[in-house]
Amino acid sequence: MADEEPTANGKPEHPAPLRGPDEGVPPNPEGPRSSVAADIGALATGLKTTLGEFFSPMVTTEYPEDKSPRSERYRGRHYLRRYENGLERCIGCELCAAACPVGCILVIAAENTDEDRVSPGERYAKTYEINMLRCIFCGYCEDACPVQAIVLGPEYELSDTSREKFIYTKEKLLEPLPPDVEARLHGAPPHPPASPGTSPRAGK
Amino acid sequence: MSDFYNNAIGHWVIVAVAILALVFVVLTATAYTVWFERVALGHIQRRPGPNRVGPYGLMQLAADGIKLAFKESFLPARTERALFVFAPAIAVGAAFLSWAVIPIGLWYNVQYWIADVNIGILLVFAFSSLNVYAIVIGGWASNNKYSLLGGLRSAAQLISYEMALGLSLVPTFIIVGSLRLRDIVDYTVTWGPYHGPIPLILLTPIGFVIYLIAAVAETNRAPFDLPEAEQELIGGFLTEYSGLKFVMYYLAEYVNMITVSALAALLFFGGWYLWFVPPVLAFLLKVILLLFLYIWLRGTFPRLRYDMLMRLGWKVLLPLAIVNVIVTGTIVVAAQG
Repeated sequence: MADEEPTANGKPEHPAPLRGPDEGVPPNPEGPRSSVAADIGALATGLKTTLGEFFSPMVTTEYPEDKSPRSERYRGRHYLRRYENGLERCIGCELCAAACPVGCILVIAAENTDEDRVSPGERYAKTYEINMLRCIFCGYCEDACPVQAIVLGPEYELSDTSREKFIYTKEKLLEPLPPDVEARLHGAPPHPPASPGTSPRAGK
Repeated sequence: MSDFYNNAIGHWVIVAVAILALVFVVLTATAYTVWFERVALGHIQRRPGPNRVGPYGLMQLAADGIKLAFKESFLPARTERALFVFAPAIAVGAAFLSWAVIPIGLWYNVQYWIADVNIGILLVFAFSSLNVYAIVIGGWASNNKYSLLGGLRSAAQLISYEMALGLSLVPTFIIVGSLRLRDIVDYTVTWGPYHGPIPLILLTPIGFVIYLIAAVAETNRAPFDLPEAEQELIGGFLTEYSGLKFVMYYLAEYVNMITVSALAALLFFGGWYLWFVPPVLAFLLKVILLLFLYIWLRGTFPRLRYDMLMRLGWKVLLPLAIVNVIVTGTIVVAAQG
C-alpha cells in the first residue's frame, strides 16, 4: 500500500491511526444532535409517509387478468407464415436450423412438384419442428430466414403438461398469426434492412 | 334462565357454552386479523395483499390453515421432546386465558364475560407473562443456538417492558379506584353539564403512550420483534418449529395482539361507549383502529437494535411511568382535598 512507505527511521508508519468514536465523523448537516421533539417529529414523518402510501393507488399488475404491454418486437412463440394465396412461405432452406444456437429446429425439405405445390420455391419444408423446451427465443431463426417465413409472435404463456407437447409441429406452427402482428409484418420487405438494434448481430 | 344459572350443573353448562362461543369468536377474529394485517401492510407497500382465495382474499387463512395442518409434524433431532411440544401449548393457553376476564359490551348494560374478577387486569398481566415461558422454553428445547438466543432476548425484553406496562396503568387505577375492567369502562365523570363515561386517555395521555409502546414490545411485534428477528436470528425461537406447532405460536401472537388492543380500548378509550354508536360496533371499531395502529407501526418503523430496546425500556419508559404515577397520584389526592 502507498501509505506504508518506510519512513526515515526505516519503520513503516501505522497505515491508519486508530480513531476515537467521533473523530473524523463529518458534522451533521442539520446541525448538532437532534432533540427529543425532533426525534418524535421524525417518527411522525415516517408514519405520515406510510399512511400516504396506504391511500395511494396500487402499482400491482394483477397478472392473469391484467398483462403488461409487450414490445412490438417481443420474441414469443414461433409462427410459420403463408402467402396471401395460401402457399407456405417456407422454402425448406434450413437456414433457420443452421442459425439456431441450440439446435432446436428440425427441417426436412422436399421437392415441390406442379401437382403438389406447397411453396412458391423449388422446395418446401415437409417436416418443420421446433423443440420449445430447448428454444432460447433469441430470434436468430427469424433473422436468418430469407423469405420471412418464420417469425416470433407475442405469446409467452407456453406452459403445458407433457414434454411431448413442447415439440411444436408444422401444423401447430402454421396457425395464423394474431391479425395485428400479421398486419404489421405485411408489406415489410423480405430482407429487412439491417439497422442498428434490429438484431443482435446487426451493425457489428 | 337465572334458575338454570344458579343450578350447579346448569351453571357449568352455561359457562362451558360461553367459553366455546368466546374461543370461536376470538379464533375467527384472529384469522381475520391476520388477513387484515396482510392487506393493510400490502396497501402500505402499494400492493393489494392476499386477494385470490375467496372474495377479497377472505378465505386465505382457511387455505393457509389447511396447508399448515397437513404439514409433517417434524421434531428435530436432540430436542427436549416434551418441552418442545409443550411450549407452543403454553403460548396458546396463556393467550386465550386473558379473554376470560375481558368484558365485551354487547348492548347497553349487556356485557359478555366468562369471569367477572375484581382483579381482572392483574389476571390479564399474569397470563400475558406466561408467554415468556413459552418463548424461553421453546427456544431452549429446540437445541439450536439461534433459538436459544431468541428465547433469551425475549426473556429480557418481556421482563423489562412488563414493568413499564404495569406502571403505565397504575394512574388509571388511581383515578378509577378499581381493577375490575367493567368498573374502569363504566367510570363516569360530571363535568359541568356533562355527566357520563369518558375515555380515560383524556386523563392519562402519557399512560396511554407508555402502554402502547410497552404493549408492542410485550407482544413481540415490529419494531420490537427482536426474539424472532429473521435477519440475525433466522426466526429466533421459531426456527425449529413447523406445522401446527408453528401455527400455535403464530396464533398466540395474534391473539395477544387482539388482547392488548381490546385492553387499550377498554382502559383508555371508553370500551363500548361511543356517542350514539351501538356498543358492539363501538367496541369493534376501537379494537380495529388500534389493530390498524399496530400494523401501521409495523409497516413504518425498522426493528430496534437490542441495546436501544433496553435503553428505551429502562431509561425512558420506566422512569416516565413512575413519574406519571407520582404526578397522577398527587393530583388525585389534591383534587380530593
